[in-house]
Amino acid sequence: MNKSTPSLWKATFAIVRKDLAAEFRSFELVSAMLVFSLLVIIIFNFALELDIKVREAANAGILWTTFAFAGTLGLNRSMSVEKDRGCMDGLLLAPVDRSAIYFGKALSNLAFMFIVEAIVIPMYSMLYNVNLFRIDLLVVILLGSIGYAAVGTLLAAMSVQTRMREVLLPILLFPVAIPVLLAAVKCSSGLLAGDPFSDILTPFNLLLVYDIIFIAIAFMTFDFVVEE
Amino acid sequence: MQPRPIGLKILDVVTIIVLAISAYLALFFAPTEKVMGEVQRVFYFHIGTAWVGLLGFVIAAIAGIAYLVSKNMLWDRFEVAAVEVSTVFFFITIVLGSIWARPAWNTWWTWDPRLTTAAITELIYIAYFMLRQGIEEPEKRARFGAVYTLLGGISAPITFMVIRLFRTIHPVVIGSANGTQEKMSMSGDMKIAFFFALFAFTVIFVDMIWHRLRLSALEEKVESLKLNASM
Repeated sequence: MNKSTPSLWKATFAIVRKDLAAEFRSFELVSAMLVFSLLVIIIFNFALELDIKVREAANAGILWTTFAFAGTLGLNRSMSVEKDRGCMDGLLLAPVDRSAIYFGKALSNLAFMFIVEAIVIPMYSMLYNVNLFRIDLLVVILLGSIGYAAVGTLLAAMSVQTRMREVLLPILLFPVAIPVLLAAVKCSSGLLAGDPFSDILTPFNLLLVYDIIFIAIAFMTFDFVVEE
Repeated sequence: MQPRPIGLKILDVVTIIVLAISAYLALFFAPTEKVMGEVQRVFYFHIGTAWVGLLGFVIAAIAGIAYLVSKNMLWDRFEVAAVEVSTVFFFITIVLGSIWARPAWNTWWTWDPRLTTAAITELIYIAYFMLRQGIEEPEKRARFGAVYTLLGGISAPITFMVIRLFRTIHPVVIGSANGTQEKMSMSGDMKIAFFFALFAFTVIFVDMIWHRLRLSALEEKVESLKLNASM
């Protein structure tokens, strides 16, 4: 690699920094995701009539549905700003490895998900009187979000280039991301029910496997998605 | 339009014959199952269609990889053909399963893991068509399609593994059953009907893929003729 091309990590973090800087000036995306998450939780509250009994079984499911929906919102938005303002072409012209663009976008999407989760989790804990601040649960949420953002970034890059644009992303993403959501829900509900870690080892391993496989595939195929 | 090649003509006839034989074996030749009765006969076609359904999705993923590597449009046509034919067959599998489930489980549908996986797999491939429909340029359509079949082809088996962690009531025919499942055992005549159904549906599958490939070639021809006419 010659001197004029920055290393993969440098390029990746430059993109993450750009996304975060743009976001911290406007808070457009995070505030939209956040308000949306709270609305989803409120709708669930009415739809399921969350009394204490129902809640105990449903907590994990509600959390992950909220994260998935809010995540889609963020994924769509962060890709469509690139497309609309022609930034994607600029990024593609930059003399960096294409995978740096993928990792950069994926990491910033993940960062947005984390910010939203960091606010939703304490709020949910407070509203429903359940303690979600457990290191094992947070690890599961971390792994689940990684898998979701990894596939989501790839598919968002595809869907913004189609005629249906934003509408298409959830249709493409949800069926493919079901294993990660299922495994994450299974882990989280096990943990919240107080099962020992050895009981949730299988879904936990599947979560790890999913993350690794899908990061690898997205990394390998992203070139084909953005090439003109 | 070019006439059908002789090989395809022969295959068409063979297809009709094997389908008829398979139907005869399933409906008359195979003995009636002791517990479930006549409705169990749906099983032969259920497995036959499921087999080609899944086979097609695997073939599509392989064709997708081949396209991405070679950029040869032939692989794209192959991928579309496999997904399209398999999506229909897989839908038939689900419908036949439902027909069996009504008397056996007393419901058309349950959120049993195996059924849920099947529904999700079907949805992945419906999403695949929606994706392709939204893209104008054939080359880009082929690229995106290939990436998505690859994702789908890997996601579906993982869904299957994850979902096995939940309890399942779907019977197992091949492989070992876990605690909650029933193991089906077949008599000799049942096995003949079973394996013949697998064979018959493989022949039908190949025949349909062939037709679909020809259709794709014609579609491309029409597109290029339209382009010439408008110029």
